[in-house]
Amino acid sequence: MTQGANGQSLRLVAPMWNGTRGIHRLGGAVVPEGNQKKERKMLQFLNNHFYDVEALRGYLLQREMSKVHLKNRSFTWLEEQHGPYSAGAFFILKQGGAVKFRDKEWIRPDKYGHFSPEFWNFREVPVEAVDASDCEINYEGLDNLLLLKELQSLSLQRCPHVDDWCLSRLYPLADSLQELSLAGCPRVSERGLACLHHLQNLRRLDISDLPAVSNPGLTQILVEEMLPNCQVVGVDWAEGLKLGPEEQPQDTASPVPA
Amino acid sequence: MIRRVLPHGLGRGLLTRRPGTRRGGFSLDWDGKVSEIKKKIKSILPGTPCDVLPDTSHLPPEHSDVVVVGGGVLGLSVAYWLKQLENRRGGMRVLVVERDHTYSQASTGLSVGGICQQFSLPENIQLSLFSASFLRNINEYLAVTNAPPLDLQFNPSGYLLLASEKDAAAMESNVKVQKQEGAKVCLMSPDQLRNKFPWINTEGVALASYGMENEGWFDPWCLLHGLRQKVGVFFCQGEVTRFVTSSQRMMTTDDEMVTLKSIHEVHVKMDHSLEYQPVECAIVINAAGAWSAQIAALAGIGKGPPGTLQGTKLPVEPRKRYVYVWHCPQGPGLETPLVADTSGAYFRREGLGSNYLGGRSPAEEEEPDPANLEVDHDFFQEKVWPHLALRVPAFETLKVQTAWAGYYDYNTFDQNGVVGPHPLVVNMYFATGFSGHGLQQAPGVGRAVAEMILEGSFQTIDLSPFLFNRFYLGEKTQENNIM
Repeated sequence: MTQGANGQSLRLVAPMWNGTRGIHRLGGAVVPEGNQKKERKMLQFLNNHFYDVEALRGYLLQREMSKVHLKNRSFTWLEEQHGPYSAGAFFILKQGGAVKFRDKEWIRPDKYGHFSPEFWNFREVPVEAVDASDCEINYEGLDNLLLLKELQSLSLQRCPHVDDWCLSRLYPLADSLQELSLAGCPRVSERGLACLHHLQNLRRLDISDLPAVSNPGLTQILVEEMLPNCQVVGVDWAEGLKLGPEEQPQDTASPVPA
Repeated sequence: MIRRVLPHGLGRGLLTRRPGTRRGGFSLDWDGKVSEIKKKIKSILPGTPCDVLPDTSHLPPEHSDVVVVGGGVLGLSVAYWLKQLENRRGGMRVLVVERDHTYSQASTGLSVGGICQQFSLPENIQLSLFSASFLRNINEYLAVTNAPPLDLQFNPSGYLLLASEKDAAAMESNVKVQKQEGAKVCLMSPDQLRNKFPWINTEGVALASYGMENEGWFDPWCLLHGLRQKVGVFFCQGEVTRFVTSSQRMMTTDDEMVTLKSIHEVHVKMDHSLEYQPVECAIVINAAGAWSAQIAALAGIGKGPPGTLQGTKLPVEPRKRYVYVWHCPQGPGLETPLVADTSGAYFRREGLGSNYLGGRSPAEEEEPDPANLEVDHDFFQEKVWPHLALRVPAFETLKVQTAWAGYYDYNTFDQNGVVGPHPLVVNMYFATGFSGHGLQQAPGVGRAVAEMILEGSFQTIDLSPFLFNRFYLGEKTQENNIM
């Protein structure tokens, strides 16, 4: 790796690949530093002048999307053989999430993606809780999740493809769902939160750290009005307020000043 | 936002028209070089009467396979699907001609932006369902490398239609059809309504139908911008003033003489000048919205004795509709769907700040004059507010912030769209007349017209009830749930 004049390293081979992967994270917001900006500009220049580069990037984008589609394919055919709970649990476990059947322990896949096959025997045991954090579930994949009719707790933290359309599909779980967490989902906005009013049994809702919500404090108030029996967690009402001039933040390393 | 981007889009579309750039694209400042060369020639040979390289960059191309008249959401949707479904990449040249690049009177931008599946015709329901899935996956359909992903600002809050006693039976049968087609709609009694939405006054309501999924409202400008930035289509700003047709007389099987016309040239006139460009074309698509009847008349549709096929005009005319925005601090909360009252008045939330927008379709005899887009505020006071205040008591105190008016491309025959070719003018295809639900059906209709052109028949959704023939045959395809 050669060193540039101002001491920043110029990676000559790696940038193209990192650049394409960065662009294809459709939901992610990347803070561009000096290096990445140069890579972006070079990539844009090449894209505008060569059909080959444009076609290659288009192809890579399509491939990323078809990978997500493959992960969210339908597992409902497993329902007649193993029952809806096992089918839904299998989908979650394959995605990398964790499930908890009633009166049993949490089943999690290990770092290689393997999980114990004991849940295939739990035909009649309903799934109580699902932890689908960081999973690539999207709108089609919810077909499989909605097989779990008696789900009580659902965690969709930091799921990159869960958006407002997905939230409008959660109403079939209204009778049983008591806990829902959407913290850190980049595509969920206040418009999707409006369709959570069907979930009247919800007791705990976590809507912290939602970058797409335009006004977090006001949204929290409106959601609390909409779901009077629910404890809405996540946003401090002082979020939208600025610090006074005497109280500057101590650490200057943080990229976004409070 | 769209106004900044539009000139950029125009420039990219017409790039290959300039001489020399067809081959390469390496000369990055061709315009500057051309004007320098012209100046040099003028200085060397002063007094040359003719321009050496006349600048025709603002004119449309001289040949185009398909000319789409009208650059609103329907026209752009047809152009998009033609490019998607063509067999060879770059195999078809599509030119979209739009008279007003600011879209100041276009129905698309002035629309409320709602999408719902609660129709009575199965074809309308299927079109709406497909459009919902198009909008949901809009970043897969309209992805452009280097551009940020599109954010439609979709509110999935659904539609709530209220019915009085006399309409309740019709609503029940409609909901049955909708459920059969796959729409997620449920019926609610007045008690359930009061439970779910405590701010509603259910006096006079016998039944309500509530759409749970795939229904709501979105930003139509974003869809328009997304369709425009998808490359491959030429845009031109101009007005279509003339069609040059050639006719052929043929005998039908019943030994009748019939004159079939085909358009082979379109004259596009530039703004603020008499300059026009004749564009040779193979197919013309009429997606001119509220002004489709004028375009059809230019092609000779309707010129003939009344009662015959030649004399059947396109029954689409502009109808003015008002939309009012008001502020009501104690109004319904975040969960409010788009509520359509028994009286025809409708409203929905707008944003987080207790703003609402809505309106009402006037009765036939109260139709406002469509000559301009001036807003009549008395209409709100007398015809809209009383019904809203009756249905939602919180709306008794409200303050109107702003209002605007837009055109419906109203089909006076049966309030449903006209899709498909004309029987006599063989290469003119219609995609117009949707009477207020054009935006929500645009992706589906665009695909249907593209299939009709490329394959010869409707492949995915069969829109034969929407063909032009029905105006001559007198068969109405009536849609009952129009707002």
